[in-house]
Amino acid sequence: MRTTFILNGRHIEVDADADSKLLWLLRDQLKLTGTKYSCGLAQCGACTVHLDGNPVRSCVVPVSSLKDKEVLTIEGLSNGELHPVQKAWIEEQVPQCGYCQSGQIMQAAALLEVNKNPSREEICSHMDGVLCRCGAYTRIVTAIQTASKIMEDE
Amino acid sequence: MNNPNSNSRISRRSFLGRAAGFTFILATGVVVPNIGDKNNDQKKGKELSIWVHLAPDGRVRIYNPSAEMGQGSMTACAVLIAEEMNVDWKDVIIESSPVDPENYGLQWGGQLGGPMMTVGSRTVRGYFNALREAGARANYVLRYSASRIWGVPTGRVSTEMSKAIHSDSGKTITFGELSGKIALPTNLDNIKVPLKDNEDFTLIGKDIPRYDIPGKVTGEAQYAMDIFLPEMLYGVMQRAPVNKGRPVLNNKEEVLKGHGVVDVLVMDYGVGVVADSTETALKAKARLDISWSDAESSDYDSILAYQEYERLAKSDQKGRSISSKGNVLRAFETATEAMVCEYKNDFAYHAQMEPLNAVISVSPDGKRAEAWVGSQSPDNARRTIANVLGIDFYDVNYHVCYLGGGFGRRSMSDYVEEATILANHIRKPLKFIWTREDDVGYGAFRPISLQRMEAAIGGNGNIMGWKHIIAGTGGGLLASGAEISYYDIPTQLIEVRSIDHGVRTKHWRSVGHGPNKFAIESFLDEIAYAQKEDPYLLRRKLMHKSPRELAVLDKVAEMADWGNNSSNGRAKGIAFAERSGALTAAVGEISLDSSTGRIKVHRFWVVMDAGLVVQPNNAIAQLEGGINFGLSNVLHESITFKSGQVQQSNFHDYRLLRISEAPESIECFIMPSAEEPAGVGEASTPIVGGAIANAFLKLTGKPLRHMPFTAEKVKEVLDQSM
Repeated sequence: MRTTFILNGRHIEVDADADSKLLWLLRDQLKLTGTKYSCGLAQCGACTVHLDGNPVRSCVVPVSSLKDKEVLTIEGLSNGELHPVQKAWIEEQVPQCGYCQSGQIMQAAALLEVNKNPSREEICSHMDGVLCRCGAYTRIVTAIQTASKIMEDE
Repeated sequence: MNNPNSNSRISRRSFLGRAAGFTFILATGVVVPNIGDKNNDQKKGKELSIWVHLAPDGRVRIYNPSAEMGQGSMTACAVLIAEEMNVDWKDVIIESSPVDPENYGLQWGGQLGGPMMTVGSRTVRGYFNALREAGARANYVLRYSASRIWGVPTGRVSTEMSKAIHSDSGKTITFGELSGKIALPTNLDNIKVPLKDNEDFTLIGKDIPRYDIPGKVTGEAQYAMDIFLPEMLYGVMQRAPVNKGRPVLNNKEEVLKGHGVVDVLVMDYGVGVVADSTETALKAKARLDISWSDAESSDYDSILAYQEYERLAKSDQKGRSISSKGNVLRAFETATEAMVCEYKNDFAYHAQMEPLNAVISVSPDGKRAEAWVGSQSPDNARRTIANVLGIDFYDVNYHVCYLGGGFGRRSMSDYVEEATILANHIRKPLKFIWTREDDVGYGAFRPISLQRMEAAIGGNGNIMGWKHIIAGTGGGLLASGAEISYYDIPTQLIEVRSIDHGVRTKHWRSVGHGPNKFAIESFLDEIAYAQKEDPYLLRRKLMHKSPRELAVLDKVAEMADWGNNSSNGRAKGIAFAERSGALTAAVGEISLDSSTGRIKVHRFWVVMDAGLVVQPNNAIAQLEGGINFGLSNVLHESITFKSGQVQQSNFHDYRLLRISEAPESIECFIMPSAEEPAGVGEASTPIVGGAIANAFLKLTGKPLRHMPFTAEKVKEVLDQSM
């Protein structure tokens, strides 16, 4: 099927099977490889993108549901300059292997959109769906708090 | 990560004195066209050695020989060279070295040229001397070149922040300006170049931000999974549900008719599918109708197997001796008391976030190949491709990619072999991926084991005899970490008895240390509990001949305020481990929801002595990550087999630690030291089992003896009457 949606601020038209998943559309067709495949079952969050501003697992989002919606991927998150979450991620030296980090960052950015100064509990509750096998959780919490401060200052 | 010389056959003759770590590339010959490398333009400037390239604009490319899988060694290796070279860090660019073990392999028996393996926390210790030496030699060449320009003695030229300086006149020239005027001393290999004293370090020990992190926050970092080639096809494979089962494919024609399906290949232990997209390949894979033969492990049940391991551990059968000291039998005969406990651990899966995959392109005549792989053993991976194709190692143009986690799993080349077989079959560029289900179901797991611990207690309450029998499935993988040389126990017998059940096992972060340290450290606490002795003080007593270990233990007790018990239904547990030369002690603080059996971990304190630490903040990241990795394993992770088949398939039934379960704080301290560096990447993982079990014993008076401590198992322990 042909469908149109907004990807990282630009209207695009794609041709894909209706049951094809957004993850594979992004990666295989559009070559936006920042969004990662890891479980395919919405269990790990490595493929997290924003759909109309909400964090979703792109591995289970069918192309048929995208019509006229806005999709934001890690490639579209920084706008000329790094997003405060990305800055904080560098400042706190968060990533290890890095494979889950696009998902972590997209999930964190969505939190700070709706909650400028989240508590530790709110951070953990919001971030719980995104696995980090390297165990960078300790720094993820710190970095979200740092990002919150950066946003306040900007 | 670029791979500068990957498409070049580097002539062995072009390298002089590789042991010195300083040689010049005289000639390169292109083997195959570089399909996917964006930076294929010939670099301007000068290769100062096999390790360093100097560009006219002053950029210094440093070649990293290790696999970057999150442990940060690509930065640490470059720091070692840059330190001795006196390069301004902002001029440094890090690229992967060619996969050429003869030149870039680990120091093995004192010199470079061992395998290119990123395993066992070896990288910094395995390259420490050689890379500093390489940096110092590059620095010498720069000083020598400047001295020729100025007509002054080399000894009067110093360097600082990417500049050479004539000490007498104050004249300076930048490294970039020198790049076109490099002069080589004729006897370079024989010139002794001094290394810096530790006090003069400007980079080592100073926390250089990791080079790989910016690309990992923008999504630009490339893993093999992210490689796309023109006309690339997609491959997947259905593997035997029981290891080594052989397939009979019942519907090949039907599957081939599927839209977008390019080919189907019956292989030794599975069926490969090639299609025009990942999703098409996965759909075709789901349609395969395969009959499988039985195999050696067809009747293996890992839960029932514990009975067999227990019989073996109790029997008189001799296994492989790990340590034998004094007369243990006599110690038990004369003991006033003997204690026996058995500890168990299930199989564990690596669960690296990037499922296994490789991109391989075989030339139409089958005589050359190009590959993009994330591997902990890139030389083995490259050799595997060459062997499958029957071609020379150097006819494989091999690109090193970032690894989305390794933890031991990517030191095997099984996925590379499969990818090559399928790529050779179609002779077109192929991206070959494992799904998460493939990765779990055909995993190679940390061994299952049962550990029978016995202690002979003397009249004075001292431990006079120690028996530790490890029974399980995993051969040599069961042994590491069983030795306890730092505990002064006069008689010891430590032995491994393994039964091969035909299932796949493999090194898993810290290997045997996880299970063995769990058993050792828990048993010590059970002894202390029975003797009404403080477990920290018991360890202090046992460590009286090991001052370095004792200092680490004392420091963690101080940080965790060990003398003051936790309140509010919490308790602390202490444990110690040595791994890859690093000495680490930790205290964990937990509470318990006794209605559900759920353990909540609140805080951790960790102290490590790893000798000289090159990147302290990164070492702390490894300690934090290692604690969370260990907790994940200790609280949740279990692979079980029934009828030889793995019972778990994805993250819904192979649970990993989530952020809400991570401790609120992990406070780390690195002991100051000028000793040779030890391995950091696995140091904290094996401590966690003991620390948690010991906190639980303190809290409840009941031991946890079977990892993982799932809520269900904890509830069972709580419900047992004492």
